Amino acid sequence: MQTLNIARRQFASYFNGPAAYIVIALVLTLTGFLFFYIPGAFFLTGRASLRTLFQMMPFTLMFACPALTMGLLAEEKRNGTLELLITMPVREWEVIVGKYLASVGLLAVTFALTLPYPLMVSSLGNLDWGQVWTGYVGLLLEGSALLAIGMMASAFTDNQLIAFFVAGILAFAFVIVGYATPFFPAGLASVVEQLSFSFHFESMARGVVDTKDLVFFSSVIFFPLAIAFRALESRRWK
Amino acid sequence: MSDVMIEARGLTKTYGAVRAIDKVSFQVRKGEVLGFLGPNGAGKTTTMKILTCFTAPTEGTATVNGADVWEDSLAVRRAIGYLPESTPLYTEMMVLEYLEFVARMRGLKGPDARKALKRAVEETGIGDMLARTIRELSKGYKQRVGLAQALVHTPPVLILDEPMSGLDPNQAIEIRDLITSIGKERTVVLSTHNLAEVQVSCDRVLIISKGRIVADDTPDALVATAGKARFVVDVKKNDKTEGEVRELLGRVKGVDRVRPVDVGRDELGFEVIPSGDDDLRAPLFQAAVEGGLVLLGLRREGQNLESIFRGLTTGAAPGRPEPRATAPAADDHDDAPTDSAKEA
Repeated sequence: MQTLNIARRQFASYFNGPAAYIVIALVLTLTGFLFFYIPGAFFLTGRASLRTLFQMMPFTLMFACPALTMGLLAEEKRNGTLELLITMPVREWEVIVGKYLASVGLLAVTFALTLPYPLMVSSLGNLDWGQVWTGYVGLLLEGSALLAIGMMASAFTDNQLIAFFVAGILAFAFVIVGYATPFFPAGLASVVEQLSFSFHFESMARGVVDTKDLVFFSSVIFFPLAIAFRALESRRWK
Repeated sequence: MSDVMIEARGLTKTYGAVRAIDKVSFQVRKGEVLGFLGPNGAGKTTTMKILTCFTAPTEGTATVNGADVWEDSLAVRRAIGYLPESTPLYTEMMVLEYLEFVARMRGLKGPDARKALKRAVEETGIGDMLARTIRELSKGYKQRVGLAQALVHTPPVLILDEPMSGLDPNQAIEIRDLITSIGKERTVVLSTHNLAEVQVSCDRVLIISKGRIVADDTPDALVATAGKARFVVDVKKNDKTEGEVRELLGRVKGVDRVRPVDVGRDELGFEVIPSGDDDLRAPLFQAAVEGGLVLLGLRREGQNLESIFRGLTTGAAPGRPEPRATAPAADDHDDAPTDSAKEA
């Protein structure tokens, strides 16, 4: 119950400030750009498929997710509102999960706003909707993992800018490392590949759901949130 | 069992090598308004943060409404309404929206929530502000929203960290009256460095200095035990020298010492310390007239909380306060005929 109360307030507060609008505008602009201008994304392939678009989307999430999470705890710490929140009858994990759910919710809304693309494509040709939905699920999973990383960064500072850049650098590392596997020695390359977001996301963008990928993203959601929880709780034993 | 609502036992909190508070122990009973007094950095806020479960003590324990702050912090937090220093609020929200959020967080639903909100809004007088964004409110109204937030769930214990700071005198009086009326039924702990507030609205004062409690009593008892009254005499300068006047005043029965104090150009000022508890104003007046002096001012000054506070918090050795007030502002207003005497 408390989790939902917190999620609800946080979600509404996104729309009280510029954060939500900026992120939505950023994602939609980049999506439009990728869809229409990147060679091979849509027009040049001549196929009714969004696969290339899905493959490009993680690059927009690298900016969008840290922007959504940077304020979650950092701003409340700076303003002192965290003190008021946490001295209400609420458990630390309810604060973390509530705020996290709000950010996931906002990301889901943003993705919903990109639905005109598949709708348009399906009117032009025979679109494989199964592949589209798995693509969206994959995007949401990858986004959720990035949001969890952002939440963790926000839990360690009271400076939104620091939270944004720390989360951004981690996001960049996780997203980009999959493209850099050729530069690693053979033994290490497969390990690096398993850690990269793109490796796990790509199969979903193709329309394949593998439990391995689900487990990977679930753990990348769980561990940063657990660390954020510890960071929030640590004020009591410091 | 007992009506002790808050009990702190040996609370100690260290930040690295710094001891924010050191073995702080006290009790607050039901229906009591406790004023927490101390200079900035004395440990008031730290103590309050421990009582509200925001931080934990390094040593010692505290219970609020019978629940331990460490073992059963949810129960403690349910029993408390808290207004932190500088009133942190979600400024982007509307007042009503914010209070509804607080009510939900406090587990109030439906008609209960509406009733509770209505009462808190009435008590704090923010009915006209409900549709405003908190950011747009004046400092005084923000403070009221902060209080309303703390009152929504009718907590048995209220902890208010500097509820009066930054308010203009009118706002401060309104908030003070509000706290006094709340304090009739509930336990209130408030911190301040405004001594007048404490004297008016608190049943008990706890003075804290450098992390230790240096006084714990009612405001009246503190004033009463803090030392004797003294008399301040101003005479017009005439052919008598300062020494002669001093000697003349010193001969009055019951006078222990006379000390010159610096006043205006055409006046001579003296501080008369009595040996007993008698009111020496009449004999001093008599002596002045008989000695051919023109009396410009004659008043009795008692110790007030301000001088006690200064004695306790700035003295090298915390303990008994200085027996004499040094501040000229330290007037006991109820018997201060200074102005009328000056006009005479």
